[in-house]
Amino acid sequence: MSSAASGQHTALRRSRPQRPRWAVIVEKLLELVIRLSGISAILFVLAIFVFVFREALPVLTSDKFSVVQFFTSIEWYPTSVKNVRYGALALIVGTFSVTLLAMAFAVPLGLGGAIYLSEFCGPKRRETLKIVIEMLAAIPSVVWGFIGLTVMSRLIVQYTSAPVGVNMLNGAIILALMAVPIIVSIGEDALKAVPDSYREAGQALGATRWQLVYRVLLPAAKNGLLAAVLLGIGRAVGETMAVLMATGHAVTLPHGILDSIRTLTANIAAELGEAPVGSEHYRVLFLTGVLLFAITFLVNLSADLVIKGIKRK
Amino acid sequence: MVNVAQAWAEEYRTVNPAVEVEVSGGGSGVGIAALIRGTIDLANASRDIKQEEIAQARQNTGKETRGFVAGYDALAVYVNRVNPLDEISLDQLAEIFVEDGSITRWSQLGVRIPGGRDDTIVRVSRQSSSGTYEFFREKVLNKRDFELGSRDMNGSKEVVELIGNSPTAIGYSGMGYANSAVKMLRIASKPGEPGVAPTAETTLNKTYPIARSLNLYVLGYPQGAVKNYIDWILSDAGQQIVEASGYVPISAISRKK
Repeated sequence: MSSAASGQHTALRRSRPQRPRWAVIVEKLLELVIRLSGISAILFVLAIFVFVFREALPVLTSDKFSVVQFFTSIEWYPTSVKNVRYGALALIVGTFSVTLLAMAFAVPLGLGGAIYLSEFCGPKRRETLKIVIEMLAAIPSVVWGFIGLTVMSRLIVQYTSAPVGVNMLNGAIILALMAVPIIVSIGEDALKAVPDSYREAGQALGATRWQLVYRVLLPAAKNGLLAAVLLGIGRAVGETMAVLMATGHAVTLPHGILDSIRTLTANIAAELGEAPVGSEHYRVLFLTGVLLFAITFLVNLSADLVIKGIKRK
Repeated sequence: MVNVAQAWAEEYRTVNPAVEVEVSGGGSGVGIAALIRGTIDLANASRDIKQEEIAQARQNTGKETRGFVAGYDALAVYVNRVNPLDEISLDQLAEIFVEDGSITRWSQLGVRIPGGRDDTIVRVSRQSSSGTYEFFREKVLNKRDFELGSRDMNGSKEVVELIGNSPTAIGYSGMGYANSAVKMLRIASKPGEPGVAPTAETTLNKTYPIARSLNLYVLGYPQGAVKNYIDWILSDAGQQIVEASGYVPISAISRKK
Protein backbone atom coordinates (compact mmCIF):
# COMPACT_ATOMS: atom_id res chain seq x y z
CA MET A 1 0.00 0.00 0.00
CA SER A 2 2.61 2.42 1.06
CA SER A 3 4.89 1.47 -1.79
CA ALA A 4 2.05 2.06 -4.24
CA ALA A 5 1.47 5.44 -2.69
CA SER A 6 5.13 6.38 -2.96
CA GLY A 7 5.12 5.10 -6.57
CA GLN A 8 2.22 7.39 -7.30
CA HIS A 9 4.13 10.20 -5.68
CA THR A 10 7.20 9.81 -7.87
CA ALA A 11 5.00 9.53 -10.96
CA LEU A 12 3.41 12.82 -10.04
CA ARG A 13 6.77 14.50 -9.64
CA ARG A 14 7.93 13.18 -13.00
CA SER A 15 4.78 14.38 -14.79
CA ARG A 16 5.28 17.98 -13.64
CA PRO A 17 6.87 19.58 -16.75
CA GLN A 18 10.45 20.71 -16.34
CA ARG A 19 10.79 24.38 -17.20
CA PRO A 20 12.98 24.67 -20.27
CA ARG A 21 16.22 26.48 -19.87
CA TRP A 22 15.25 29.29 -22.30
CA ALA A 23 12.18 30.12 -20.25
CA VAL A 24 14.33 30.58 -17.18
CA ILE A 25 16.72 32.81 -19.11
CA VAL A 26 13.93 34.88 -20.62
CA GLU A 27 12.41 35.33 -17.22
CA LYS A 28 15.70 36.50 -15.77
CA LEU A 29 16.19 38.86 -18.74
CA LEU A 30 12.71 40.32 -18.35
CA GLU A 31 13.38 40.86 -14.68
CA LEU A 32 16.55 42.73 -15.59
CA VAL A 33 14.74 44.90 -18.16
CA ILE A 34 12.05 45.79 -15.67
CA ARG A 35 14.64 46.60 -13.06
CA LEU A 36 16.53 48.76 -15.57
CA SER A 37 13.43 50.69 -16.58
CA GLY A 38 12.77 51.35 -12.92
CA ILE A 39 16.27 52.64 -12.33
CA SER A 40 16.39 54.50 -15.65
CA ALA A 41 14.03 57.17 -14.33
CA ILE A 42 16.61 58.01 -11.69
CA LEU A 43 19.40 57.85 -14.26
CA PHE A 44 17.60 60.22 -16.62
CA VAL A 45 16.86 62.73 -13.89
CA LEU A 46 20.48 62.62 -12.77
CA ALA A 47 21.78 62.95 -16.32
CA ILE A 48 19.55 65.94 -17.02
CA PHE A 49 20.55 67.47 -13.72
CA VAL A 50 24.26 67.06 -14.49
CA PHE A 51 23.85 68.32 -18.06
CA VAL A 52 21.90 71.44 -17.18
CA PHE A 53 24.34 72.31 -14.40
CA ARG A 54 27.39 71.64 -16.53
CA GLU A 55 26.08 73.93 -19.29
CA ALA A 56 25.23 76.69 -16.83
CA LEU A 57 28.17 76.63 -14.44
CA PRO A 58 30.94 78.33 -16.50
CA VAL A 59 28.94 81.54 -16.70
CA LEU A 60 29.05 81.98 -12.94
CA THR A 61 32.78 82.67 -13.13
CA SER A 62 32.53 84.90 -16.23
CA ASP A 63 33.34 88.52 -15.45
CA LYS A 64 30.58 89.81 -17.74
CA PHE A 65 27.95 88.05 -15.68
CA SER A 66 26.94 88.99 -12.16
CA VAL A 67 24.69 86.88 -9.97
CA VAL A 68 23.48 90.01 -8.18
CA GLN A 69 22.40 91.53 -11.49
CA PHE A 70 20.76 88.26 -12.50
CA PHE A 71 18.49 88.28 -9.45
CA THR A 72 17.92 92.01 -8.97
CA SER A 73 17.82 93.67 -12.40
CA ILE A 74 14.96 93.57 -14.89
CA GLU A 75 17.25 94.52 -17.78
CA TRP A 76 17.29 91.47 -20.01
CA TYR A 77 19.42 92.36 -23.06
CA PRO A 78 21.13 89.11 -24.03
CA THR A 79 21.88 90.10 -27.63
CA SER A 80 22.57 93.81 -27.25
CA VAL A 81 25.21 95.20 -29.60
CA LYS A 82 26.51 97.75 -27.14
CA ASN A 83 25.73 96.63 -23.63
CA VAL A 84 24.79 93.04 -22.84
CA ARG A 85 22.84 92.67 -19.60
CA TYR A 86 21.39 89.55 -18.01
CA GLY A 87 18.80 90.65 -15.45
CA ALA A 88 16.22 87.94 -14.86
CA LEU A 89 14.15 89.58 -12.13
CA ALA A 90 11.26 90.40 -14.47
CA LEU A 91 11.20 86.80 -15.69
CA ILE A 92 11.19 85.39 -12.15
CA VAL A 93 8.47 87.80 -11.03
CA GLY A 94 6.54 86.98 -14.21
CA THR A 95 6.67 83.23 -13.53
CA PHE A 96 5.54 83.62 -9.93
CA SER A 97 2.83 86.18 -10.56
CA VAL A 98 1.14 84.27 -13.38
CA THR A 99 1.32 81.04 -11.35
CA LEU A 100 -0.21 82.69 -8.28
CA LEU A 101 -3.02 84.21 -10.30
CA ALA A 102 -3.64 80.91 -12.06
CA MET A 103 -3.88 79.17 -8.69
CA ALA A 104 -6.34 81.79 -7.47
CA PHE A 105 -8.61 80.61 -10.30
CA ALA A 106 -7.74 76.92 -10.30
CA VAL A 107 -7.79 76.06 -6.59
CA PRO A 108 -11.43 77.00 -5.85
CA LEU A 109 -12.56 75.57 -9.17
CA GLY A 110 -10.51 72.39 -8.83
CA LEU A 111 -11.36 71.69 -5.20
CA GLY A 112 -15.00 72.53 -5.84
CA GLY A 113 -15.02 70.08 -8.72
CA ALA A 114 -13.37 67.40 -6.60
CA ILE A 115 -15.90 67.85 -3.78
CA TYR A 116 -18.82 67.75 -6.20
CA LEU A 117 -17.53 64.63 -7.92
CA SER A 118 -16.87 62.70 -4.76
CA GLU A 119 -19.77 63.83 -2.53
CA PHE A 120 -22.66 65.37 -4.42
CA CYS A 121 -22.79 63.66 -7.75
CA GLY A 122 -24.54 60.50 -8.84
CA PRO A 123 -22.36 57.63 -10.09
CA LYS A 124 -23.47 57.93 -13.71
CA ARG A 125 -22.83 61.63 -13.97
CA ARG A 126 -19.54 61.15 -12.11
CA GLU A 127 -18.27 58.75 -14.75
CA THR A 128 -19.19 61.14 -17.58
CA LEU A 129 -17.62 64.11 -15.82
CA LYS A 130 -14.43 62.20 -15.07
CA ILE A 131 -14.03 61.23 -18.71
CA VAL A 132 -14.56 64.82 -19.84
CA ILE A 133 -12.14 66.15 -17.23
CA GLU A 134 -9.52 63.65 -18.32
CA MET A 135 -10.00 64.82 -21.90
CA LEU A 136 -9.40 68.36 -20.69
CA ALA A 137 -6.07 67.20 -19.28
CA ALA A 138 -5.13 65.64 -22.61
CA ILE A 139 -5.42 68.84 -24.69
CA PRO A 140 -1.91 69.77 -25.89
CA SER A 141 -0.53 72.96 -24.40
CA VAL A 142 0.01 74.55 -27.80
CA VAL A 143 -3.73 74.30 -28.40
CA TRP A 144 -4.35 76.07 -25.10
CA GLY A 145 -1.87 78.72 -26.18
CA PHE A 146 -3.70 79.17 -29.44
CA ILE A 147 -6.99 79.59 -27.61
CA GLY A 148 -5.33 82.21 -25.41
CA LEU A 149 -3.91 84.04 -28.39
CA THR A 150 -7.11 84.15 -30.39
CA VAL A 151 -10.26 83.61 -28.32
CA MET A 152 -9.27 84.77 -24.83
CA SER A 153 -7.31 87.72 -26.13
CA ARG A 154 -10.32 89.12 -27.96
CA LEU A 155 -12.60 88.58 -24.97
CA ILE A 156 -10.18 90.32 -22.62
CA VAL A 157 -9.89 93.37 -24.87
CA GLN A 158 -13.66 93.47 -25.17
CA TYR A 159 -14.54 93.19 -21.49
CA THR A 160 -11.64 94.85 -19.67
CA SER A 161 -9.69 98.07 -20.07
CA ALA A 162 -6.58 96.17 -21.21
CA PRO A 163 -4.88 97.64 -24.29
CA VAL A 164 -3.69 94.19 -25.35
CA GLY A 165 -5.39 90.85 -24.88
CA VAL A 166 -2.26 88.80 -24.32
CA ASN A 167 -1.34 89.43 -20.70
CA MET A 168 -1.05 87.95 -17.25
CA LEU A 169 -4.81 87.47 -16.91
CA ASN A 170 -4.95 85.58 -20.19
CA GLY A 171 -1.99 83.36 -19.28
CA ALA A 172 -3.39 82.72 -15.81
CA ILE A 173 -6.80 81.66 -17.10
CA ILE A 174 -5.18 79.30 -19.58
CA LEU A 175 -2.86 77.86 -16.92
CA ALA A 176 -5.79 77.51 -14.52
CA LEU A 177 -7.73 75.52 -17.12
CA MET A 178 -4.70 73.28 -17.53
CA ALA A 179 -4.21 72.78 -13.78
CA VAL A 180 -7.86 72.18 -12.87
CA PRO A 181 -8.04 68.57 -14.21
CA ILE A 182 -5.01 67.62 -12.12
CA ILE A 183 -6.45 69.19 -8.99
CA VAL A 184 -9.85 67.62 -9.59
CA SER A 185 -8.66 64.07 -10.14
CA ILE A 186 -6.09 63.99 -7.32
CA GLY A 187 -8.42 65.90 -5.01
CA GLU A 188 -11.24 63.47 -5.71
CA ASP A 189 -8.95 60.54 -4.90
CA ALA A 190 -8.05 62.19 -1.62
CA LEU A 191 -11.69 62.69 -0.68
CA LYS A 192 -12.54 59.12 -1.68
CA ALA A 193 -9.78 57.92 0.61
CA VAL A 194 -11.61 59.31 3.63
CA PRO A 195 -13.29 56.25 5.24
CA ASP A 196 -17.06 56.05 4.87
CA SER A 197 -17.34 55.59 8.63
CA TYR A 198 -16.54 59.32 8.93
CA ARG A 199 -19.44 60.18 6.67
CA GLU A 200 -21.79 57.80 8.47
CA ALA A 201 -20.77 59.17 11.85
CA GLY A 202 -21.38 62.71 10.64
CA GLN A 203 -24.79 61.85 9.25
CA ALA A 204 -25.71 60.00 12.45
CA LEU A 205 -24.96 63.18 14.38
CA GLY A 206 -27.42 65.06 12.16
CA ALA A 207 -24.89 67.02 10.09
CA THR A 208 -26.10 68.44 6.77
CA ARG A 209 -24.16 67.52 3.62
CA TRP A 210 -22.44 70.87 3.62
CA GLN A 211 -21.48 70.59 7.29
CA LEU A 212 -20.15 67.12 6.58
CA VAL A 213 -17.93 68.42 3.78
CA TYR A 214 -16.80 71.51 5.59
CA ARG A 215 -16.27 70.12 9.08
CA VAL A 216 -15.35 66.49 8.48
CA LEU A 217 -14.16 65.68 4.96
CA LEU A 218 -12.01 68.73 4.20
CA PRO A 219 -10.01 68.48 7.45
CA ALA A 220 -9.64 64.70 7.01
CA ALA A 221 -8.45 64.96 3.39
CA LYS A 222 -6.46 68.15 3.76
CA ASN A 223 -3.10 66.59 3.01
CA GLY A 224 -4.32 64.97 -0.19
CA LEU A 225 -5.99 68.17 -1.28
CA LEU A 226 -2.82 70.13 -0.57
CA ALA A 227 -0.85 67.66 -2.67
CA ALA A 228 -3.37 68.13 -5.48
CA VAL A 229 -2.90 71.89 -5.34
CA LEU A 230 0.90 71.59 -5.27
CA LEU A 231 0.94 69.31 -8.30
CA GLY A 232 -1.30 71.82 -10.06
CA ILE A 233 1.23 74.53 -9.22
CA GLY A 234 4.02 72.35 -10.59
CA ARG A 235 2.10 72.05 -13.84
CA ALA A 236 1.65 75.81 -14.03
CA VAL A 237 5.25 76.73 -13.24
CA GLY A 238 6.64 74.33 -15.82
CA GLU A 239 4.25 75.16 -18.63
CA THR A 240 5.94 76.76 -21.62
CA MET A 241 4.11 76.90 -24.89
CA ALA A 242 0.77 78.18 -23.63
CA VAL A 243 2.32 80.99 -21.59
CA LEU A 244 4.64 81.90 -24.43
CA MET A 245 1.62 82.50 -26.62
CA ALA A 246 -0.82 83.94 -24.08
CA THR A 247 1.16 86.23 -21.78
CA GLY A 248 2.45 88.73 -24.33
CA HIS A 249 6.09 87.87 -23.70
CA ALA A 250 7.09 91.33 -22.46
CA VAL A 251 9.99 91.89 -20.08
CA THR A 252 8.38 94.09 -17.42
CA LEU A 253 7.47 94.01 -13.78
CA PRO A 254 3.67 93.76 -13.86
CA HIS A 255 1.69 96.48 -12.05
CA GLY A 256 -1.63 94.76 -12.49
CA ILE A 257 -3.15 91.60 -13.88
CA LEU A 258 -3.72 93.27 -17.25
CA ASP A 259 0.00 93.83 -17.86
CA SER A 260 1.94 91.57 -20.19
CA ILE A 261 4.71 89.49 -18.66
CA ARG A 262 7.37 86.99 -19.63
CA THR A 263 8.07 83.74 -17.81
CA LEU A 264 11.33 81.84 -17.38
CA THR A 265 10.09 78.88 -19.41
CA ALA A 266 8.81 80.95 -22.32
CA ASN A 267 12.06 82.88 -22.41
CA ILE A 268 14.11 79.70 -22.72
CA ALA A 269 11.83 78.36 -25.44
CA ALA A 270 12.05 81.61 -27.39
CA GLU A 271 15.79 82.19 -27.18
CA LEU A 272 17.64 78.91 -26.80
CA GLY A 273 17.19 77.91 -30.43
CA GLU A 274 19.21 80.84 -31.70
CA ALA A 275 21.77 81.27 -28.93
CA PRO A 276 25.10 79.90 -30.22
CA VAL A 277 26.05 76.73 -28.31
CA GLY A 278 28.57 77.52 -25.58
CA SER A 279 28.02 81.28 -25.74
CA GLU A 280 27.36 83.32 -22.65
CA HIS A 281 23.73 83.85 -23.65
CA TYR A 282 23.33 80.06 -23.99
CA ARG A 283 24.81 79.48 -20.54
CA VAL A 284 22.67 82.15 -18.89
CA LEU A 285 19.60 80.50 -20.43
CA PHE A 286 20.71 77.23 -18.86
CA LEU A 287 21.10 79.06 -15.58
CA THR A 288 17.46 80.12 -15.78
CA GLY A 289 16.82 76.42 -16.44
CA VAL A 290 18.61 75.55 -13.20
CA LEU A 291 16.44 78.07 -11.41
CA LEU A 292 13.29 76.52 -12.85
CA PHE A 293 14.56 73.10 -11.92
CA ALA A 294 15.02 74.25 -8.34
CA ILE A 295 11.52 75.75 -8.21
CA THR A 296 9.71 72.71 -9.63
CA PHE A 297 11.87 70.37 -7.55
CA LEU A 298 10.84 72.19 -4.38
CA VAL A 299 7.17 72.17 -5.36
CA ASN A 300 7.19 68.46 -6.25
CA LEU A 301 9.21 67.56 -3.17
CA SER A 302 6.75 69.30 -0.89
CA ALA A 303 3.88 67.57 -2.71
CA ASP A 304 5.61 64.22 -2.14
CA LEU A 305 6.24 64.93 1.51
CA VAL A 306 2.62 65.92 1.97
CA ILE A 307 1.44 62.70 0.30
CA LYS A 308 3.79 60.69 2.52
CA GLY A 309 2.23 62.50 5.45
CA ILE A 310 -1.14 61.08 4.44
CA LYS A 311 0.12 57.55 4.15
CA ARG A 312 1.63 57.64 7.60
CA LYS A 313 -1.83 58.34 8.95
CA MET B 1 17.57 84.95 -45.15
CA VAL B 2 18.62 81.44 -44.19
CA ASN B 3 14.98 80.36 -44.52
CA VAL B 4 14.84 81.24 -48.21
CA ALA B 5 18.33 79.80 -48.79
CA GLN B 6 17.14 76.53 -47.31
CA ALA B 7 13.96 76.65 -49.38
CA TRP B 8 16.03 77.12 -52.53
CA ALA B 9 18.34 74.24 -51.67
CA GLU B 10 15.44 71.96 -50.88
CA GLU B 11 13.59 72.76 -54.09
CA TYR B 12 16.74 72.57 -56.19
CA ARG B 13 17.16 68.95 -55.11
CA THR B 14 14.12 68.11 -57.24
CA VAL B 15 15.33 70.29 -60.14
CA ASN B 16 18.81 68.87 -60.31
CA PRO B 17 19.28 65.83 -58.05
CA ALA B 18 22.91 65.45 -59.08
CA VAL B 19 23.86 68.67 -57.27
CA GLU B 20 23.88 68.68 -53.50
CA VAL B 21 23.39 72.17 -52.04
CA GLU B 22 24.41 72.35 -48.42
CA VAL B 23 23.17 75.35 -46.43
CA SER B 24 24.49 76.51 -43.10
CA GLY B 25 23.34 79.54 -41.14
CA GLY B 26 24.84 81.89 -38.59
CA GLY B 27 24.22 85.32 -40.10
CA SER B 28 25.41 87.29 -43.08
CA GLY B 29 28.82 87.96 -41.52
CA VAL B 30 29.48 84.24 -41.12
CA GLY B 31 28.74 83.57 -44.78
CA ILE B 32 30.94 86.40 -46.01
CA ALA B 33 33.78 85.37 -43.69
CA ALA B 34 33.63 81.84 -45.11
CA LEU B 35 33.64 83.25 -48.65
CA ILE B 36 36.80 85.24 -47.84
CA ARG B 37 38.46 82.05 -46.56
CA GLY B 38 37.38 80.35 -49.78
CA THR B 39 35.63 77.47 -48.00
CA ILE B 40 32.24 77.94 -49.67
CA ASP B 41 30.94 78.47 -53.19
CA LEU B 42 28.17 80.91 -52.45
CA ALA B 43 27.46 83.35 -49.62
CA ASN B 44 23.90 84.54 -48.97
CA ALA B 45 23.85 87.89 -47.19
CA SER B 46 21.00 90.20 -46.29
CA ARG B 47 23.46 93.10 -46.07
CA ASP B 48 25.84 94.51 -48.67
CA ILE B 49 29.43 93.29 -48.67
CA LYS B 50 31.91 95.91 -47.39
CA GLN B 51 34.82 97.28 -49.42
CA GLU B 52 37.40 95.87 -47.01
CA GLU B 53 35.78 92.44 -47.26
CA ILE B 54 36.11 92.54 -51.05
CA ALA B 55 39.77 93.53 -50.61
CA GLN B 56 40.37 90.70 -48.12
CA ALA B 57 38.82 88.18 -50.51
CA ARG B 58 41.02 89.46 -53.34
CA GLN B 59 44.10 89.19 -51.14
CA ASN B 60 43.22 85.71 -49.91
CA THR B 61 42.03 84.04 -53.09
CA GLY B 62 43.17 86.34 -55.89
CA LYS B 63 39.59 86.51 -57.12
CA GLU B 64 37.15 89.34 -57.49
CA THR B 65 33.88 89.07 -55.53
CA ARG B 66 30.72 89.26 -57.57
CA GLY B 67 27.27 89.94 -56.18
CA PHE B 68 23.78 89.10 -57.39
CA VAL B 69 20.57 90.45 -55.91
CA ALA B 70 18.16 87.57 -55.47
CA GLY B 71 15.27 89.42 -53.85
CA TYR B 72 14.29 92.11 -51.39
CA ASP B 73 13.00 92.32 -47.88
CA ALA B 74 10.80 95.27 -46.91
CA LEU B 75 9.93 95.83 -43.29
CA ALA B 76 6.48 97.32 -42.84
CA VAL B 77 5.39 99.30 -39.78
CA TYR B 78 1.87 98.29 -38.79
CA VAL B 79 -0.84 99.98 -36.71
CA ASN B 80 -4.44 98.99 -36.08
CA ARG B 81 -6.95 99.91 -38.78
CA VAL B 82 -8.74 102.38 -36.46
CA ASN B 83 -5.54 104.34 -35.82
CA PRO B 84 -5.77 107.67 -37.70
CA LEU B 85 -1.98 107.82 -38.14
CA ASP B 86 -0.85 107.28 -41.72
CA GLU B 87 2.75 108.31 -41.70
CA ILE B 88 5.73 108.27 -39.37
CA SER B 89 9.35 109.36 -39.65
CA LEU B 90 12.28 107.09 -38.91
CA ASP B 91 13.26 109.32 -35.96
CA GLN B 92 9.81 109.07 -34.42
CA LEU B 93 9.85 105.33 -34.92
CA ALA B 94 13.20 105.09 -33.17
CA GLU B 95 12.02 107.23 -30.25
CA ILE B 96 9.05 104.88 -29.78
CA PHE B 97 11.12 101.70 -29.70
CA VAL B 98 14.55 102.67 -28.35
CA GLU B 99 15.62 102.26 -24.73
CA ASP B 100 14.61 105.43 -22.80
CA GLY B 101 12.98 106.81 -25.96
CA SER B 102 11.01 110.05 -25.70
CA ILE B 103 7.74 108.96 -27.34
CA THR B 104 5.46 106.79 -25.19
CA ARG B 105 2.02 108.26 -25.91
CA TRP B 106 0.00 108.59 -29.11
CA SER B 107 -0.78 112.22 -28.28
CA GLN B 108 2.90 113.01 -28.76
CA LEU B 109 2.39 112.06 -32.40
CA GLY B 110 -0.78 114.18 -32.54
CA VAL B 111 -3.03 111.16 -32.68
CA ARG B 112 -6.12 110.26 -30.70
CA ILE B 113 -7.16 106.64 -31.01
CA PRO B 114 -10.94 106.44 -31.58
CA GLY B 115 -12.65 104.94 -28.59
CA GLY B 116 -10.04 106.79 -26.54
CA ARG B 117 -9.33 103.93 -24.20
CA ASP B 118 -5.69 104.55 -23.50
CA ASP B 119 -3.08 106.92 -24.83
CA THR B 120 -0.07 104.71 -24.11
CA ILE B 121 1.64 103.25 -27.14
CA VAL B 122 1.70 99.46 -27.06
CA ARG B 123 4.94 98.37 -28.71
CA VAL B 124 4.93 95.05 -30.52
CA SER B 125 8.33 93.63 -31.32
CA ARG B 126 9.99 90.32 -32.13
CA GLN B 127 12.03 87.94 -30.05
CA SER B 128 15.71 88.73 -29.93
CA SER B 129 16.49 85.61 -31.98
CA SER B 130 14.68 87.05 -34.98
CA GLY B 131 16.58 88.47 -37.94
CA THR B 132 13.83 91.03 -38.37
CA TYR B 133 14.50 92.21 -34.82
CA GLU B 134 18.17 92.61 -35.61
CA PHE B 135 17.50 94.43 -38.86
CA PHE B 136 15.13 96.85 -37.17
CA ARG B 137 17.65 97.45 -34.39
CA GLU B 138 20.40 98.18 -36.87
CA LYS B 139 18.45 100.25 -39.37
CA VAL B 140 15.97 102.12 -37.19
CA LEU B 141 17.52 102.14 -33.72
CA ASN B 142 21.04 102.56 -35.04
CA LYS B 143 22.27 99.56 -33.00
CA ARG B 144 20.91 100.96 -29.74
CA ASP B 145 18.80 98.67 -27.57
CA PHE B 146 15.04 98.27 -27.56
CA GLU B 147 13.07 99.63 -24.63
CA LEU B 148 12.03 96.69 -22.46
CA GLY B 149 8.36 95.90 -22.06
CA SER B 150 7.45 95.50 -25.70
CA ARG B 151 5.32 92.47 -26.54
CA ASP B 152 7.89 90.23 -28.19
CA MET B 153 6.10 87.92 -30.56
CA ASN B 154 7.07 84.51 -31.78
CA GLY B 155 6.66 85.15 -35.48
CA SER B 156 5.89 87.78 -38.08
CA LYS B 157 2.30 86.65 -38.34
CA GLU B 158 1.67 86.97 -34.60
CA VAL B 159 2.91 90.56 -34.66
CA VAL B 160 0.31 91.53 -37.24
CA GLU B 161 -2.40 89.51 -35.52
CA LEU B 162 -1.80 91.20 -32.15
CA ILE B 163 -1.83 94.67 -33.73
CA GLY B 164 -5.07 93.78 -35.46
CA ASN B 165 -6.59 93.00 -32.05
CA SER B 166 -5.15 96.04 -30.23
CA PRO B 167 -6.19 99.58 -31.24
CA THR B 168 -3.20 101.25 -29.54
CA ALA B 169 -0.47 98.95 -30.83
CA ILE B 170 2.36 99.58 -33.27
CA GLY B 171 4.86 97.06 -34.57
CA TYR B 172 7.03 95.92 -37.45
CA SER B 173 6.80 92.84 -39.64
CA GLY B 174 7.21 91.73 -43.22
CA MET B 175 4.87 93.48 -45.68
CA GLY B 176 3.50 90.15 -46.86
CA TYR B 177 1.68 89.62 -43.56
CA ALA B 178 -0.81 92.49 -43.89
CA ASN B 179 -4.49 91.75 -43.29
CA SER B 180 -7.70 93.76 -43.15
CA ALA B 181 -7.43 94.57 -39.42
CA VAL B 182 -4.17 96.51 -39.76
CA LYS B 183 -2.61 99.11 -41.98
CA MET B 184 0.94 99.83 -43.02
CA LEU B 185 2.34 103.28 -42.31
CA ARG B 186 4.18 105.39 -44.83
CA ILE B 187 7.73 105.94 -43.66
CA ALA B 188 9.59 109.25 -44.02
CA SER B 189 13.37 109.08 -43.97
CA LYS B 190 13.55 112.54 -42.41
CA PRO B 191 10.90 114.55 -40.56
CA GLY B 192 9.02 116.77 -43.01
CA GLU B 193 9.77 114.62 -46.02
CA PRO B 194 6.85 112.80 -47.61
CA GLY B 195 6.37 109.26 -46.40
CA VAL B 196 6.79 106.24 -48.63
CA ALA B 197 4.48 103.26 -48.50
CA PRO B 198 6.04 99.79 -48.55
CA THR B 199 5.25 98.15 -51.86
CA ALA B 200 7.16 95.87 -54.16
CA GLU B 201 7.82 98.95 -56.32
CA THR B 202 9.18 101.26 -53.61
CA THR B 203 11.26 98.39 -52.32
CA LEU B 204 12.74 97.84 -55.76
CA ASN B 205 13.51 101.52 -56.46
CA LYS B 206 14.91 101.90 -52.92
CA THR B 207 12.70 104.83 -51.93
CA TYR B 208 11.28 102.83 -49.04
CA PRO B 209 13.81 103.41 -46.24
CA ILE B 210 13.68 100.14 -44.31
CA ALA B 211 14.24 97.63 -47.06
CA ARG B 212 17.26 95.54 -47.78
CA SER B 213 18.37 93.38 -50.64
CA LEU B 214 19.00 89.67 -50.38
CA ASN B 215 22.41 89.14 -51.93
CA LEU B 216 24.34 86.20 -53.32
CA TYR B 217 28.12 86.56 -53.38
CA VAL B 218 30.58 84.40 -55.31
CA LEU B 219 34.31 84.56 -56.08
CA GLY B 220 35.16 85.14 -59.73
CA TYR B 221 32.72 84.39 -62.53
CA PRO B 222 30.31 81.69 -61.44
CA GLN B 223 30.81 78.50 -63.45
CA GLY B 224 29.32 75.07 -63.82
CA ALA B 225 26.96 73.96 -61.09
CA VAL B 226 27.22 77.27 -59.19
CA LYS B 227 26.25 79.22 -62.29
CA ASN B 228 23.29 76.92 -62.95
CA TYR B 229 22.17 77.30 -59.35
CA ILE B 230 22.31 81.12 -59.46
CA ASP B 231 20.53 81.19 -62.82
CA TRP B 232 17.83 78.99 -61.35
CA ILE B 233 17.47 81.25 -58.28
CA LEU B 234 17.05 84.28 -60.53
CA SER B 235 14.55 82.44 -62.74
CA ASP B 236 10.80 82.43 -62.14
CA ALA B 237 11.02 79.14 -60.24
CA GLY B 238 13.58 80.52 -57.79
CA GLN B 239 11.77 83.83 -57.46
CA GLN B 240 8.51 82.09 -56.61
CA ILE B 241 10.31 80.67 -53.59
CA VAL B 242 11.45 84.19 -52.65
CA GLU B 243 7.86 85.34 -52.72
CA ALA B 244 6.61 82.29 -50.84
CA SER B 245 9.18 82.94 -48.10
CA GLY B 246 7.68 86.40 -47.51
CA TYR B 247 10.18 88.51 -49.44
CA VAL B 248 9.94 90.69 -52.54
CA PRO B 249 11.11 89.01 -55.73
CA ILE B 250 13.30 90.96 -58.13
CA SER B 251 11.38 92.68 -60.92
CA ALA B 252 10.72 90.87 -64.16
CA ILE B 253 12.75 93.48 -66.04
CA SER B 254 15.92 93.00 -64.04
CA ARG B 255 15.40 89.25 -64.17
CA LYS B 256 15.78 89.29 -67.95
CA LYS B 257 19.05 91.20 -67.83
